[in-house]
Amino acid sequence: MNWAAGILIVLGAALALGGSLGLLRLKSFYERVHPPTMGTTLGTGLILIGSMLHFSVLEGRPVLHEILIGALMTVTTPVTYMFLVRAALHRDPPK
Amino acid sequence: MSTTFLSTALVLAQGMLGLAMVFAVVRLLRGPRAQDRVLSLDTLYVNGMLLVLTFGIRTGTTLYFEAALVIAALGFVSTAAAAKFLLRGEVIE
Repeated sequence: MNWAAGILIVLGAALALGGSLGLLRLKSFYERVHPPTMGTTLGTGLILIGSMLHFSVLEGRPVLHEILIGALMTVTTPVTYMFLVRAALHRDPPK
Repeated sequence: MSTTFLSTALVLAQGMLGLAMVFAVVRLLRGPRAQDRVLSLDTLYVNGMLLVLTFGIRTGTTLYFEAALVIAALGFVSTAAAAKFLLRGEVIE
């Protein structure tokens, strides 16, 4: 079980790293909005599943309170990014 | 054996998340406009929350989970407030 938790956590961290690398490397703002969502959705999900596995094995009972963070991130990330892109569109000079 | 695999994986994951935070900070300092800085601040707090979660897995206490929950909630509020400020010029009208 520890193997599965470790692999999930490393995969999630790699996704977050890839998202931040895309944030650093891409050219325009509208391209840069896309990569961090990789880390905030799938990366967070994988690390939370790894944490749930680890604590469930450690305490010998199902530990599921990490679902709270998962639900919060899933609901709030699209809202903030759409809001931010709307603000960026508003700030850009009309062509 | 399997415990050492998990601790190695945790150290690797913490290194990756630290590097991701460094990338976000570089974009935060360099970002040409304000929306880039807000976006990189959002990425920075998400990566920091994941780092706190891996610290919690490493130490085996559920105390870090609550800190991660608070970071997630307050990060959403701060990013939404900054986006609202960029959109309208004030946060609460």
